[in-house]
Amino acid sequence: MLKKNIKTPIVVIKPGLGVTFKFKEVWDYRELLYFFIWRNIKVKYKQTMLGVAWAIIQPFFIMVVFSIFFGKFAKIPSEGLPYPIFAYCALVPWTYFANSLNNTTNTMVAHQRVITKIYFPKLILPVSAVLSGLPDFFISFFVLIGMMLFYGIVPSANLIFLPLFILMSIVTALAVGLWTSAANAIYRDVSYVVPFLIQFWLFASPVVYPSSLVPANWKLLYSVNPMAGVIEGFRWTLLGKGESPGPTLIVSMVVILFILFAGIIYFRRMEGTIADRI
Amino acid sequence: MSDLAIRVEGLSKRYRIGERTGYVTLKDTLTKIFSNSLKVFRDQGKGKSKANDNYIWALNDVSFDVKKGEILGIIGDNGAGKTTLLKILSKITEPTKGHAEIYGSVGSLLEVGTGFHPELTGRENIYLSGAILGMKKVEIDRKFDEFVAFAEIEKFIDTPVKRYSSGMYVRLAFSVAAHLEPEILLVDEVLAVGDAAFRKKCLGKMGDVAKEGRTVLFVSHNMGAINTLCSRAILIDTGTIVKDGRTQQIIKKYLSRGVVNRGQIAWSEKERPGNQAFRLVAVSLISAKGLKTSQINISEDLTIKIDYEVLREGACVQLALMLFDVNGYCVFSSLSNTEENVYHGKPIHSGRYMSECLIYGNLLNNGKYYVSISGTSGSWRERFTINNVLTFEAVDDGILKRDYWGNYRGIIRPKLTWKTLPPQVHDGMRDGDKGL
Repeated sequence: MLKKNIKTPIVVIKPGLGVTFKFKEVWDYRELLYFFIWRNIKVKYKQTMLGVAWAIIQPFFIMVVFSIFFGKFAKIPSEGLPYPIFAYCALVPWTYFANSLNNTTNTMVAHQRVITKIYFPKLILPVSAVLSGLPDFFISFFVLIGMMLFYGIVPSANLIFLPLFILMSIVTALAVGLWTSAANAIYRDVSYVVPFLIQFWLFASPVVYPSSLVPANWKLLYSVNPMAGVIEGFRWTLLGKGESPGPTLIVSMVVILFILFAGIIYFRRMEGTIADRI
Repeated sequence: MSDLAIRVEGLSKRYRIGERTGYVTLKDTLTKIFSNSLKVFRDQGKGKSKANDNYIWALNDVSFDVKKGEILGIIGDNGAGKTTLLKILSKITEPTKGHAEIYGSVGSLLEVGTGFHPELTGRENIYLSGAILGMKKVEIDRKFDEFVAFAEIEKFIDTPVKRYSSGMYVRLAFSVAAHLEPEILLVDEVLAVGDAAFRKKCLGKMGDVAKEGRTVLFVSHNMGAINTLCSRAILIDTGTIVKDGRTQQIIKKYLSRGVVNRGQIAWSEKERPGNQAFRLVAVSLISAKGLKTSQINISEDLTIKIDYEVLREGACVQLALMLFDVNGYCVFSSLSNTEENVYHGKPIHSGRYMSECLIYGNLLNNGKYYVSISGTSGSWRERFTINNVLTFEAVDDGILKRDYWGNYRGIIRPKLTWKTLPPQVHDGMRDGDKGL
């Protein structure tokens, strides 16, 4: 079983290895990634009475509240759609994004013991935190389909672009989460800042209002927020309303990829000393 | 160098003080950036930087090689840097300086139950923990029954581990870890878990690992375990290797550090203690190998040599030796009247004499002992006692421990004779046997 005559070391340990990407290593640890996701999903609704129903309750009741206050009282326009489905269609990706960002921010701290006791590529932790939210996403998505049937809305052929927008919300949560999780490992302030950030972000995204409400000269700045593109994309592909994604989507994607790669570099730099500083 | 498993060269690790204990908040960092930039101005002209004041070197220029199949023991006090070394070699943390080369797959065991989730069942935790320790799913599938059997928790395999007793929890956690099969295994003080029977099982498993030709780095405070499992050991103190060599020597070195023992004493002509009839010249402790020492193995004989001069012709010299333990209890006293010859209490000529007292091996417990000597020459009025003439350390070399790893209670630890009779039917027991 033991390999004989190994001339070159299999592992070299020296300072400053944290600047390399080591994606192959993450791939080698894919089974651990799978087990982390599996555990997160398994543990999530343990010892709860309503169990997986919570995946629906959260966005659904927010939708009800929004419909009453923003739709009925404030009379915010909804692109000619019934306000409930207008809001819920945005809340499905938004809830996924908000929960994922929150979980990702706390994932390093939550795995403090494991991080200080055993080696594995830490990149697995934020990735698993982001992917673990997908079952909840799809459950709330089924409710959206139910609502679409209820309101008699048939999606157009644009539906084929939906996976792109789902992927964008995953990558956005991961890209931002890489920063917040690594920073939170060292500065616990981050875990207090992120819920605020998410609340502000909610109003900076077209969840309760259509993005057509945003003045034209603000549009470019607005598209820097990738979630704006994601939410508009959901409405466009599923409800056939909202603005079709144009050059703003390209801006969003570039922004996401920039945050993502800078986030990976930041994360990898922190990784080398994270066990000492967490 | 095909037989090399690990090469460590100049490995150093610096920690900022407090870094490992608390966590910093953003405010701390901002305050520090602010105060540091102020300090630049304040320190200008002083010329000296105090940058190093807040740092400690947990490891400092550590170098060693480990051959394939070697079981290396790592000994040292808490905080000496043992765990830091293992953490660097297992890539958990990066070194500040130096490098290490590792020739083979590495598995590390710094804690039992890493990654266990209380809400998950035993079965689920086996998979999770196994994956965290670096096992593939197929490997876990294959060994699953082995884990369960080793942990002895068959009945509770589908119960959440939060309902487990702490013993069951530890057994399950260790059984997963014990079945790791890397080429190089790094083990921290993890065998000190569970009850005595399970500890023994764990040590047995470790012994098996050693026999399979795998390389093991083994950190432990259990000298008996180190002695049995490791042929070579290194002693680490405040981040540096103090000694590297055969396990027994290293253990001896470790146990004798900081203990001011006195294995011999000789008085100058004017200071010799005694009475008008005779005075002590020197007292020394001789090991079984005939060497003067202040440290003996508890399994070996030791001799206390008393060198004295008789001043008065015809003095009747009687010597006594008392042994005290660290708590000041007299372990025993022994008189020279046990000697079957003409000297004790009989008139002897003046001149230099040497009396020896042999203390058998397998009598003392491990620990520190103090020797007092008293003498008299005929009348009790001439009696004198010199306390704490010698101080020595009796070291448990582990030879007698066999399969028992704990400490022995008691001031002494004599090797007594045990005997178990083969099963047989006694006449007197027939009536009581019916139930069997």
